[in-house]
Amino acid sequence: MKKFFNAVLAIFWKDLLAERRTREILGTMLVFALTVILVFVFAFDLSVDMRSKAAPGVIWVTLCFAGTISLNRSMSLEKDREGFDGLLLAPIDRTAIFFGKALVNWVYMLITAIIIVPVYALFNNVNLFSPGFIGVIVLGTLGYILTGTLLSSLSLQLRARDMLLPVLLFPVLIPLLLSAVRASTILLQGGIEGELSTWIMLLAGYDLLFTAVGLLVFDKIIEE
Amino acid sequence: MTDSNKTPRLLLLLDILAGLGVLAAFLLVMLYAPIELTMGRVQKVFYFHVAASWSGMLGFLVATVAAIAYLKTNDLRWDIASLAGVEIGMVFIALGIISGSIWARPVWNTWWTWDPRLTTTLIMELIYSAYLLLRGGVDDPVRRAKLSAVYAIVGFTSVPLTFISIRVFRTIHPVLVGSSDPSLGTFAMSPRMQAAFFGSLAAFTLLFIALYWHRYRLGSAQSAVMQKRMEIEAGGEQ
Repeated sequence: MKKFFNAVLAIFWKDLLAERRTREILGTMLVFALTVILVFVFAFDLSVDMRSKAAPGVIWVTLCFAGTISLNRSMSLEKDREGFDGLLLAPIDRTAIFFGKALVNWVYMLITAIIIVPVYALFNNVNLFSPGFIGVIVLGTLGYILTGTLLSSLSLQLRARDMLLPVLLFPVLIPLLLSAVRASTILLQGGIEGELSTWIMLLAGYDLLFTAVGLLVFDKIIEE
Repeated sequence: MTDSNKTPRLLLLLDILAGLGVLAAFLLVMLYAPIELTMGRVQKVFYFHVAASWSGMLGFLVATVAAIAYLKTNDLRWDIASLAGVEIGMVFIALGIISGSIWARPVWNTWWTWDPRLTTTLIMELIYSAYLLLRGGVDDPVRRAKLSAVYAIVGFTSVPLTFISIRVFRTIHPVLVGSSDPSLGTFAMSPRMQAAFFGSLAAFTLLFIALYWHRYRLGSAQSAVMQKRMEIEAGGEQ
């Protein structure tokens, strides 16, 4: 068990180190996320009260879009320079690769969220701070990353690899996205209190379910 | 080679039964089943709508089971079985959506609404379209089988969650089975309605099995042709 966690952490640190030296993923994600927010604000010409009402939706859609950048890149990085073969040769459990990659992508998502949420609040003069909302972001991005890492390691092996990830990923994400947006809306703007726990349960259920699916099928995907 | 190309007797029989069954169900629905009091003639769509949706779900279920079986056994026949389930399931679910829209227009006064069942079926169609796109993106049959089996499992896993989450969100769809809440629009079926209902359900199930069998045979023939072609190509290089 300890060996497994060490392997996960080793992959996590390896990717962070590569990112520290190249700085390609996180920078692109952030700029892209801010652009998407701008596009939303202009496309819907959001009035003052709408800016606060639309906040959960805009933030979650932005996170979903920006997330595909890190998902695609962190996987194609391995493919381009034959890093994957090295990872497969390593004497570790292959699901450790899955969780290592998921962990690093999750960190990118959380950093993006930490930056875009206050920026949205600042630009649109709405209050988005709520401890519960942070919890929802943590749970929601976790589910996103678990499904996303699994499917990006799958789409990596297709002919048009970057192109298909959103098509494969987004329909599977709908329950997660819906639960995250509803829970965020209730936390930020109030609503039926009883519903909140249902949404949180759905989020946690989604996370658990896709952790299990990842554990069960990941090594089938990368078998060479 | 020659023997396996002939359509099996049982399949021919099944074809005839499915054809007759659908005809009989049509007659039952049109002539035997009564006209519903509030919805009128358009309610008859319901018999085909439920039967088509049922067959579609059956297709997706078969596809998922076959995908799991493929990952367990690595036998490519399960891959053909899984693809056949997806394709036929998509056609039936599309029929379900279209017939539902025809019913919904006069009854709900809209072609479409974001109700759990409608939304879930639409998302399922999207997931399985993605499945087909994925298959188009891989050349190697073994890898294609592996990746699409994984996606079929991932996709099917999210379906119940989608359904639950949208159900919490909102619902106006009539619930046939297992609901005692009258505000959700349950309606009781008279014996004649039940006869038409189960008749068309059985007919569509037969039709599903016949089509599925044909599609499976087509898939096997395809892979046999691919196999031959690869053998010839390999022979040519020597």
